[in-house]
Amino acid sequence: MSETAVAESTHTTRSGHDEPSDRAYVGIAILLAVITFAEIGTYYAEEQLGSFLVPVLLVGMAFKFFVVVGWFMHLRFDSNLFTRLFVAGLVLAVVIYLVMLATFEYF
Amino acid sequence: MSTAVPSAPVEHAHQTSTGLSNAKIAMWAFLGSDCMLFGGLISTFLLLRAKDVVAGPEVKDLYDIPFTSVSSFMLVMSSLTMVLAVSAMRRRDGQRARIWLVATALLGALFVAGQVYEFTVFYEEGFGFTTNLQSSAFYVLTGFHGVHVAIGILMLLSLASMSRSDELGVSPPETVEIAGLYWHFVDVVWIVIFTVVYLIR
Repeated sequence: MSETAVAESTHTTRSGHDEPSDRAYVGIAILLAVITFAEIGTYYAEEQLGSFLVPVLLVGMAFKFFVVVGWFMHLRFDSNLFTRLFVAGLVLAVVIYLVMLATFEYF
Repeated sequence: MSTAVPSAPVEHAHQTSTGLSNAKIAMWAFLGSDCMLFGGLISTFLLLRAKDVVAGPEVKDLYDIPFTSVSSFMLVMSSLTMVLAVSAMRRRDGQRARIWLVATALLGALFVAGQVYEFTVFYEEGFGFTTNLQSSAFYVLTGFHGVHVAIGILMLLSLASMSRSDELGVSPPETVEIAGLYWHFVDVVWIVIFTVVYLIR
């Protein structure tokens, strides 16, 4: 068995799932590119989207964020400790700064 | 030349009390804390953007969305090249990993060049760092992100160079993976900045 094959065959994650193949990564990147183009498209369709513009952009942003973190950063396949560390910082930041924005009557 | 084949999973080069890589734990803790940094910068920008500008132009009147979109697209695609570098390194395909690392650094460099161009255009339009509170917040936020990208580029080029001379330590795949975590984080931060700062006006 070649060195490459051994290294490949041993790369199974703690959760027991094989990580995505290179082809899957390319597919994910295409998905991200399509969403990015759709987001850019909203710039040219602001009037048509009206009050839907902000929710559409926020949903697209959140989707891309979690796809990159989950798949490209392997958080989906890795130890829960990494997820807890990252999510703790993320949630803390979101809550604190939402409270701050609300305090300064941003909304 | 050594032809030893690893018998254990490539990412566990040594034992730790958690059974996880300490370096990887440290990187995830750092990224969690970096969320706080960027959260503060983004919310400060949002607050100051909502206030009336007393001098100079407003940043929303200066945006060149098609141009910034191209930059954003390059950064998103750099995440693909980065993950392919990690994947190649796990297969012990050092040469291909180096190609992807350099491609990632190149895409990052193009992004930074685009940011420098954007800043130059904004400055020429009278939107300097001290023009108003909004401009200060904008430059600090996007500048901090740009510095993160620049540090990432140095990291990637160092890794490419070190992998060539076999200096990546006991677990080269893990070293590249940790640098990849940093790079992907820089990408997700830009995903947020591009939407919240540029597209939602």
